[in-house]
Amino acid sequence: METIILFAPLVGALICGFGWKYIGETAALWVSTGLLFLACLLSWIVFFSFDGITQSIPVLRFIESGTLATEWAIRLDRLTAIMLIVVTTVSALVHLYSFGYMDKDPQWKEGEVYKPRFFAYLSFFTFAMLSLVTSDNLVQMFFGWEGVGVASYLLIGFYYRKPSANAAAMKAFIVNRVGDFGFALGIFALFFLVDSISFDDIFASVSTLAETNVTFLWSDWNAAELIGVLLFIGAMGKSAQLILHTWLPDAMEGPTPVSALIHAATMVTAGVFLVCRMSPLYEFAPGAAAFITVLGATTAFFAATVGLVQTDIKRVIAYSTCSQLGYMFVAAGVGMYSAAMFHLFTHAFFKALLFLGAGSVIHAMHHEQDMMNYGNLRKKIPYTFAAMMIGTLAITGVGIPLTTIGFAGFLSKDAVIESAYAGGSGYGFWLLVIAAGMTSFYSWRLIFLTFYGKERGDKHTHEHAHESPMTMLVPLGVLSLGAVFAGMIWYSNFFGHADQVGKFYGIPVSEMSADGDDASHGASGEDKVSDSHDTHANAETSHAAGDDGHGDDAAHGGEHHAAFIGKPGEGALYFAPDNHVLDDAHAAPKWVKVSPFIAMLIGLGLSYLFYIVNPELPKKLAENQRPLYLFFKNKWYFDELYDAIFVKPALALGRFLWKRGDGNVIDGFLNGVAMGVVPFFTRLAGKAQSGFIFTYAFWMVLGIAALVTWMTIGGGAH
Amino acid sequence: MIQADLNIILPEIVLSVYAMLALVGAVYTSKDGLAPVLTWVTAALMFVLGIWIATGSSGTETAFNGMFINDGFARFSKVTILFSAAAILIMSQEYMSRRGLLRFEYPVLVALAAVGMMMMVSSGDLIALYMGLELQSLALYVVAALRRDSVKSTEAGLKYFVLGALSSGLLLYGASLVYGFAGTTAFAGIIQTAHHGELSLGLLFGLVFLISGLAFKVSAVPFHMWTPDVYEGSPTPVTAFFATAPKMAAMALFARVMHDAFGNAVADWQQVIALLALLSMFLGAFAAIGQRDIKRLMAYSSIAHMGYALMGLAAGTVLGVQALLVYMAIYVTMNVGTFAFILMMEKDGQPVTDITALNMYSKREPGKALALLILMFSLAGVPPMLGFFGKLYVLRAAYEAGLAWLAVAGVIASVIGAFYYLRIVYYMYFGEEGDALDENSSPVLWGFLMASAAVMVLGVINMFGIEGAAAAAAVTLVN
Repeated sequence: METIILFAPLVGALICGFGWKYIGETAALWVSTGLLFLACLLSWIVFFSFDGITQSIPVLRFIESGTLATEWAIRLDRLTAIMLIVVTTVSALVHLYSFGYMDKDPQWKEGEVYKPRFFAYLSFFTFAMLSLVTSDNLVQMFFGWEGVGVASYLLIGFYYRKPSANAAAMKAFIVNRVGDFGFALGIFALFFLVDSISFDDIFASVSTLAETNVTFLWSDWNAAELIGVLLFIGAMGKSAQLILHTWLPDAMEGPTPVSALIHAATMVTAGVFLVCRMSPLYEFAPGAAAFITVLGATTAFFAATVGLVQTDIKRVIAYSTCSQLGYMFVAAGVGMYSAAMFHLFTHAFFKALLFLGAGSVIHAMHHEQDMMNYGNLRKKIPYTFAAMMIGTLAITGVGIPLTTIGFAGFLSKDAVIESAYAGGSGYGFWLLVIAAGMTSFYSWRLIFLTFYGKERGDKHTHEHAHESPMTMLVPLGVLSLGAVFAGMIWYSNFFGHADQVGKFYGIPVSEMSADGDDASHGASGEDKVSDSHDTHANAETSHAAGDDGHGDDAAHGGEHHAAFIGKPGEGALYFAPDNHVLDDAHAAPKWVKVSPFIAMLIGLGLSYLFYIVNPELPKKLAENQRPLYLFFKNKWYFDELYDAIFVKPALALGRFLWKRGDGNVIDGFLNGVAMGVVPFFTRLAGKAQSGFIFTYAFWMVLGIAALVTWMTIGGGAH
Repeated sequence: MIQADLNIILPEIVLSVYAMLALVGAVYTSKDGLAPVLTWVTAALMFVLGIWIATGSSGTETAFNGMFINDGFARFSKVTILFSAAAILIMSQEYMSRRGLLRFEYPVLVALAAVGMMMMVSSGDLIALYMGLELQSLALYVVAALRRDSVKSTEAGLKYFVLGALSSGLLLYGASLVYGFAGTTAFAGIIQTAHHGELSLGLLFGLVFLISGLAFKVSAVPFHMWTPDVYEGSPTPVTAFFATAPKMAAMALFARVMHDAFGNAVADWQQVIALLALLSMFLGAFAAIGQRDIKRLMAYSSIAHMGYALMGLAAGTVLGVQALLVYMAIYVTMNVGTFAFILMMEKDGQPVTDITALNMYSKREPGKALALLILMFSLAGVPPMLGFFGKLYVLRAAYEAGLAWLAVAGVIASVIGAFYYLRIVYYMYFGEEGDALDENSSPVLWGFLMASAAVMVLGVINMFGIEGAAAAAAVTLVN
């Protein structure tokens, strides 16, 4: 069954991409879509029937070279199962949605066939993504990693007649290459140290890695920390984290279904998946984990600030994606991988919903993407409006505080923020809360600008605005269900009590004397871990102090009795014995739990004030705070900075090598030889061939004289 | 004893007797009227002899006290010589008949030249060597001047004769020096005296003069000067003959003398041969670029190819001789095909040799153009044609013999040389529309062209087994 899930999209891609000429365009599209729905159905079956025990399903012998012997296998555990349903569900819906969205695309001339190509790319992407999430070893994962990169490149540049689309595709590919370099180094380092690339072997030896030092870049590093950081660099590229984030907003040049599938729901979360998959390693690499936390929080904050002032509807959502990915990394960084996966899971639904909704708006407005030209659309496209509203309620985190009732984003985002607090990262916590406020602001700003207020921009376009066809509305409906209910249904599995979470992920849980166990662990070994985990250790101490009086039982209703006791590699995630983030998060003060909700209310209020009550206010503010506005508007000048530091010098170097190196030196040399030296000798040879016998005889005599001389001198005659 | 000796040289005797009978017979009957028949019969006889030699005795036999050697090496060379001579004769017949060139002496002379060549490759003595060489040369001088009423043809014959006489003089001088200092004319005796590092000055001089005389026959630089003029002046079928069988014979003789007589002094002659190879490759490449006449171009092409073959000889190893034989066999096959094409080039019944006449040839005769393209690629040494593997062989032999610099130079020369082969392809496929050549479709020539091109492509599979034959032949020569 898992094999069918993995290869159905590939078969679909091949049939659709190469076979559409034989079976017809429409049939090809339905074949790929049908296979995707099949994969989706099977994925849900796998998800529900999965019993928590990690399985490895071999497919073929993959690589055998020296000590590197590995199989192509499907690793089925809870992480994989979650990713399977996320990827196949969103992908199937996006396939369906594309029937409507890609129909009669103005980028193409009448009679040009482009849809099979688009669907084949989508299916190919799905296959690559599935092989990434089902990978049993790092090389297989790298295959999927690069496969989704290629698919992303092809799809961003799908409108290949647009120079901006080509540029964006290249940018995505090149920026990802930087991250992939780090990822590849990480894989090399692991193979170098562990002599294996399979997850099982790596997980079994993480504790050894934590005690190993390696020399890299002329200095000594702790092996676990180094590998953790290197792998995270790969994740940064794929998941558009700060420093390597610049490609994501530009990737919006691709068709909107692509943005929904690749650049919101699936591919960009691959980095988060990688970190969660490598949770045993990060549990032993507190430095790398802290790095992830800080970078994730900074990204969340940074992207939110930029999102405040963007006017392109897709770019707003793109920055929002960037920001939400930051949330996931914070959760993973503080050790609450389950919360990261929770947010990944819910985010896939509501962000795909927002993107597809935005696509529907764009479709209605004849491919106009500037929100400044929208306004008052809620009557004209009511279903889209409803879907976007649900998506916004989900992303901003609307729900009833201190309960587990609310939209998907409410539960998962609160879980992340509470984890950040419990993980002892004050920096992460506060930035995330502020970012939550900004998220609320720009999300509502999007709604208000698009659906409320006055009609702006081209009248003609507004008059012809129309609701999208059913193929586009059905996916919106399905995703809306996910955005509303996904959080509430699976809350306890992702972020409930330790025993619930443990059961969900297949992690062994100990019911009794958890604290005693922890204490002995803390005392006996892992000095390094607790040393560099200063903040964490403090939190632990204070927590232990609380435990002394056994007041926690009363206070938290016995939540503390269970603790994770699995070894690395047992179950889908690994929580070190000293990892109490889950319990601490549940025990967080009430003000912490309420803070994101309050931030959301502030954002909503401000947004309402700015765009409904007094639409002149944003302009005034922008004029008053011009430097800040420009700073945000220009995305903190990252692109300009990179342009000056990397792009321009690289171009200059390239131009130098091309014009001087290739043009002058190589071409010059060859042309000089071919047009100067060779003809010279040719003329010489022609002249020598005088036609007179005596010349010929003379040459012969000359030749023999030369040979005799040379032989006598060089030959050593006796 | 004489009975056994005669048995060994039976093929040569058959061919000689046939040639004399044909001569006498034709003189006393219808003279030139018999020529076409004689041509075919001669070709057929050569073919049969070739088969006979190829399938006949194996092993090494000597006759007349070592003057005549019949070993694997000689047999390989003889088969190549006889087959190529037969092919050229068949190709010549129609072309010469139409121009009134086909005299009955032509097949007879070719047969006698072939006898000389067979003698050359089998010679085990300086006397035998000279006898074979002169028999061959005298016949060739005459066929070069076959078109007696043409100034160019007689000029070619005369030039060839005078310079040939000079080279014969050099060779004889060398031979007498060798005899004087070695005390014997037999190769088996010379090799006892000529050891590396102990070569007396006289022997060394003799060696150099011998090499010079032989270099003239293979038209290696700087003894190549006659080649372009003779190739251009002679009737095209004669040029085709010059470019094939005599080259094979001279090259085989060269290897025979070097290994059989001076096999213990490889290091002494190696540098000279390497130098000749180097000069030939580069001069062939450079000078051909300036040529517009395809026959002159093929002359320089053959000079360059002789350079590569000499590279194999310069290696001085078994592999080197094997490479030489493989290279020559491929070279001869390529040239048969190319000259079959050149023989078909005519306009208004007159032969055309200007390469610009090939402009846009591919449009009018795509099949023939493609065949010529394959041959040109093969001559230039473009993989996967057979010509590439020939070059690869000699380069490998040179490299493994420690002549890496020569191999590198060979590659560079082949890059330069590729220009003029590819220019012909360029004219055929991308040139400007010009005066069209006649649509000449002689089935015989067409057949040779296509067969040769097919061999160049299909031969990559196993080279039709010549690799093994050449290896076996090389082992018998080098010991």
